[in-house]
Amino acid sequence: MSVELDVSKQIMWNRLISVVEEQAITLIKTAFCTSVREAGDLSAGVYDKRGRLIAQAVTGTPGHVNTMAESVFHFIDHFGYHDMKPGDVFVTNDPWKATGHLHDITVITPVFNRDELVGFFGSTAHVVDIGGRGFGPDGRSLYEEGLLIPLTKLFYEGVVNKDLIDILANNVREKDQVVGDFYSLAACNDTGRKRLLEMMAEFGLDDIEGVAEFIFQHSEAATIEKIKQLPKGTYDYSMATDGYDEPLKLNVALTIDDGEILMDFAGSSPQSSFGINVPLVYSKAYGCYGLKCAIAPQVPNNWASLKPFKAMAPDNCILNAKRPAPVAVRHAIGHLVPDLVLGALKKAVRNVAPAEGASALWNLHVSLHKQGVHEAETSEVLLFNSGGTGARPGLDGLNATAFPSGVHTMPVEVTESVGPIIIWRKELRPDSGGAGEHRGGLGQVIEFGAQEGYVFSFNAMFERVRHPAMGHAGGHAGACGNVYLKSGKPLKSKGLQFIEPGETVVLELPGGGGYGLATDRNKEAVRADIEDGYITQQTADELYLKPT
Amino acid sequence: MGGSSIRVGVDIGGTFTDVALEKGEEMFSSKVLTNYTQPEQAIIDGITKAAETANISLSQIDTVIHGTTLATNSLIERRGAHTAFITTEGFRDVIEMRTESRFEQYDLNIVLPAPLIPRHDRYVIGGRIAASGEEMIPVDHDKLQEVIEKIRQVGYESVAVGLMHSYRNPMHEQQVKKAIEESLSGVSVSISSDVSPQIREYERFNTVCANAYVKPLMSSYLERLEERLKTSGMTCPVYLMHSGGGLISLRTAAKFPVRLLESGPAGGTIYASYIAEKHDLKRVVSFDMGGTTAKVCLINDMKPKTSRTFEVARSYRFKKGSGMPISIPVIEMVEIGAGGGSIASVDDLKQIRIGPESAGSEPGPACYGLGGEHPTVTDADLLLGKLDPQGFAGGSMRLDTEAARIALDRKISSQLGGVAEDAAYAISEVVNENMANAARMHAVESGCELETYTMVAFGGAAPVHAARLCQKLGVDSLLIPPGAGVGSAIGFLKAPFSYESLRSSVMRLESFDREKANLLIEDMRQEVESFVGDAGGDQEYIYELKAYMRYAGQGWEIPIEVSELSLSDGCEARLKQDFIAAYTQLFSHAVDGLDAEVVSWSLNVSSRLPTATQPYSNDAVDTFQDPIPHMTRQIVDASRNRPLSYLVYEREDLPPGARCEGPLVVVETETSTIVPPGYKMQVQMDGCLFIEKNKVENI
Repeated sequence: MSVELDVSKQIMWNRLISVVEEQAITLIKTAFCTSVREAGDLSAGVYDKRGRLIAQAVTGTPGHVNTMAESVFHFIDHFGYHDMKPGDVFVTNDPWKATGHLHDITVITPVFNRDELVGFFGSTAHVVDIGGRGFGPDGRSLYEEGLLIPLTKLFYEGVVNKDLIDILANNVREKDQVVGDFYSLAACNDTGRKRLLEMMAEFGLDDIEGVAEFIFQHSEAATIEKIKQLPKGTYDYSMATDGYDEPLKLNVALTIDDGEILMDFAGSSPQSSFGINVPLVYSKAYGCYGLKCAIAPQVPNNWASLKPFKAMAPDNCILNAKRPAPVAVRHAIGHLVPDLVLGALKKAVRNVAPAEGASALWNLHVSLHKQGVHEAETSEVLLFNSGGTGARPGLDGLNATAFPSGVHTMPVEVTESVGPIIIWRKELRPDSGGAGEHRGGLGQVIEFGAQEGYVFSFNAMFERVRHPAMGHAGGHAGACGNVYLKSGKPLKSKGLQFIEPGETVVLELPGGGGYGLATDRNKEAVRADIEDGYITQQTADELYLKPT
Repeated sequence: MGGSSIRVGVDIGGTFTDVALEKGEEMFSSKVLTNYTQPEQAIIDGITKAAETANISLSQIDTVIHGTTLATNSLIERRGAHTAFITTEGFRDVIEMRTESRFEQYDLNIVLPAPLIPRHDRYVIGGRIAASGEEMIPVDHDKLQEVIEKIRQVGYESVAVGLMHSYRNPMHEQQVKKAIEESLSGVSVSISSDVSPQIREYERFNTVCANAYVKPLMSSYLERLEERLKTSGMTCPVYLMHSGGGLISLRTAAKFPVRLLESGPAGGTIYASYIAEKHDLKRVVSFDMGGTTAKVCLINDMKPKTSRTFEVARSYRFKKGSGMPISIPVIEMVEIGAGGGSIASVDDLKQIRIGPESAGSEPGPACYGLGGEHPTVTDADLLLGKLDPQGFAGGSMRLDTEAARIALDRKISSQLGGVAEDAAYAISEVVNENMANAARMHAVESGCELETYTMVAFGGAAPVHAARLCQKLGVDSLLIPPGAGVGSAIGFLKAPFSYESLRSSVMRLESFDREKANLLIEDMRQEVESFVGDAGGDQEYIYELKAYMRYAGQGWEIPIEVSELSLSDGCEARLKQDFIAAYTQLFSHAVDGLDAEVVSWSLNVSSRLPTATQPYSNDAVDTFQDPIPHMTRQIVDASRNRPLSYLVYEREDLPPGARCEGPLVVVETETSTIVPPGYKMQVQMDGCLFIEKNKVENI
């Protein structure tokens, strides 16, 4: 085989990744929603003309990326090629055809080279509002959660769909920002489109079928090779989680076959009557992500590298919720899916996967307004916060770090400049990491309230308050989360809550599980943990230093 | 600084200490090995060497300008002072929790960089300033005294203080500093409102910690240096290059050593800007490729692009987020792990990967014959005929083609098939593509179209790769300046005195408080004027005010130049108009109906440079005859992957005006300039090689 032939394709592959990265950067720089610009809650990708994902930006979060991998197929089915023209731009936020909840807007732009369709660019971003009752788990059906935009044209041959923009502007809070984000999504796809056409001109290509095939072949072969190194068989794992008002069971049977892995979520709890349900596309996205990290991390994400991973679940179960189930906070459960599938994988192979972690982000959506003034005058503040990750075979877990989500937190100083909120504490939570030879990552403690003269409510969407991140190979579980008022009263871990003036809310975020026996931990590491206050002397005496 | 003055630029790099001595119109240089235990010794040695060549005595030197990676290295290698960090109660872990994200999405085993100041050295005190700058809770002085007592007991050498919202109101930090200085002598205190008064606590706290961490080391080094220079006869003033591309006094540098980070690369960029100015190039992309990394910077209107924050000590494939943020004025560059020594390997996907691991100078590339077994970019270049095995490093080193071939065969061809030359071609193309992608991305982030730019290339490996990089980026013209091996040191000589002050305060235009803004600006003006007094001399200074603006609700600010130093009536409308124009240029559409806001201000003062006023003349060059090559060599052409016969010229044989058509190669000590077919080259009056793509109709 000739290196020369391969290298030009490899270079085009690198170029495509660079093109979608440019697309993502354009989106980050122009987006209005805090979660996109400050926290990286977005994704961007390029597809071949059959709708298969060729390359995606490394920037981005798995829940978007792996769901978006499937969305272009829906647009092709719906519109057909005959109804796709140069200058058209398509949009939807259908949770089952895009990324799992209404707040994510997916925009798809077909690319034409001299009137021939050659492929698509797609991007997804979380918008600040989509109407309905606002972002939170309290909706009892999809209809309460906001406006659903079916597969629609946002632009007809370069002309914006005014009716759609009108409907949107009249149904959301913060309409300028939301409409602005629709344009940002279309603009970033257009950046990608232009770069792709330049690349095709440079390499003398009429289409991108050849390079797509090359990418698919290499990705699929590399992924299958990795899967073949795993022992065949079916491995079960189940996890208990908090749920909204009653605990839920998540269950998986992971079948490793010849170059293929099937995740069967049968046995998981039925869907909830609150907005924590997960469409299968999102469950699958995070399941694939977790497995891919452990099995084939080097293979870039695309249609072919995702193909060997399959998912199924009975209809109407929590991981395969059906319309019109409420799904707004699908990430609270969805973020636990990597822990679930990795739990099963750990039964098949040792020393690959970490212990369970806090996993679900502790997103905080706070609405503040002046005391005595009508509620329309609210400031909305959104904060992303992370607990600890699970300890790894050979390494401690990461303190207060997002996994599996790929988002960042926002600076407290910026948050406090944007709304009348005061964050009194945001620091590591001692003793929250599960004890083990390798310690789980620490969670964090957050204390916040309103500025004097303001009152607030907040939407809790917190997991692992009653069910901790479990340790592995003898490691202890991480600490559970806590939600309460500083004055003492416990708060609910899910749902909207109004806080009395002058009160301070305390959030204690969960820690990650430990890995291996705590008594096997290096004594020097235990001493250092005490010195740094990651663990207390008491914990050291009880768990790490006691004779076995 | 008249034409007859003698000025010396000294750059301490990882391997070499470079000296450039300017005597009137003449330039002399020297290169000596960096001395890690006594860096000042290498400086004296290097200057002495250059002075001998220039035939002057050390006492004749009028100015010494210095840049160094010592501060950067002590951060990377964690060899700084035993430092305590005092912060606001509730925020002890800001520098440890970082952005709460992973810099690599798919690697389950990443290790986050350890915080510069470990948790047991971080102390908290009560007290709180609000986002508005108002005091909500006064400093808890009892707790502060306890902490001071602790600092005494432990015996910290340096203390960093970073309190919430101190960029808005520095009162609490100043109180803490005063209390420490009253109780403890001999402890150096850095406060974040002095070092980096910018919003975003993680970046600001980390910056003040870094400053405190390197301060004792750097100030003692700078003192020793001044002393050594004096005893060697150099009683002249000594200035330091800072990361923003200007000069500061030794005293300012000792106080804010964090501003010296990246001073070497900044010198290189200033050199490129100087070349741009001489050749009247409004749009330049500088390309610096050394042994380990490649750096790209955009230079518009002869001014390098600057930023208010950057990252040092990246620990994972130069990936964003894997280092630590430093928010100070800095020349903005993109840096990737692609240098001559970068190692090539084959990954799980049977794809060639380059770097970021580098063979360094020991053992170096396989072809150095020093025991290196991994194939590097230099090995590939050699095999493709781009380097002369006999003439490398002025003939002082013979390159071993066979060793390069063996390394490529073993590590690349054995897995991918083909012969070593195919692998070499692939390596060369992949590294070029990686650099092109990084440059393209940087241009996109800056809203620039590279097609309209001229490249200025320097650093050991750059002239070999520059033409191919230009082809990939659609850049049609390229300049290779002479003396590129000591480019940073020359750049120091071309830098203005400059200092930049920053302030943050979020202000919506709809409710803009002009008086408050003017107070901030006045405050910055006082700060920069104290710098001007400090720098001495009778230079003329230029003031530049910038507002960093965004649409209310966005997260990224863009710099807007403000033409008045005291905002007058109607400034809101002008700010809005300028912002919309800049925004539209970057993102091609404005957003109706949204208010804009100023997040930060910067005031930069810089001295006007006398050298910049001399126009550059290239008139004489057109009269010259074509030079005669001394041989031909087979070189694999990058865009075609087949060997072509290249004419070989010695750079020192090429007089100004010499004109040649590619394919050709110009060889000199340590590097070769490749001019592919379809390009022509002409030597400029100042010795620069100007390479240009032939117009299509000429082919």
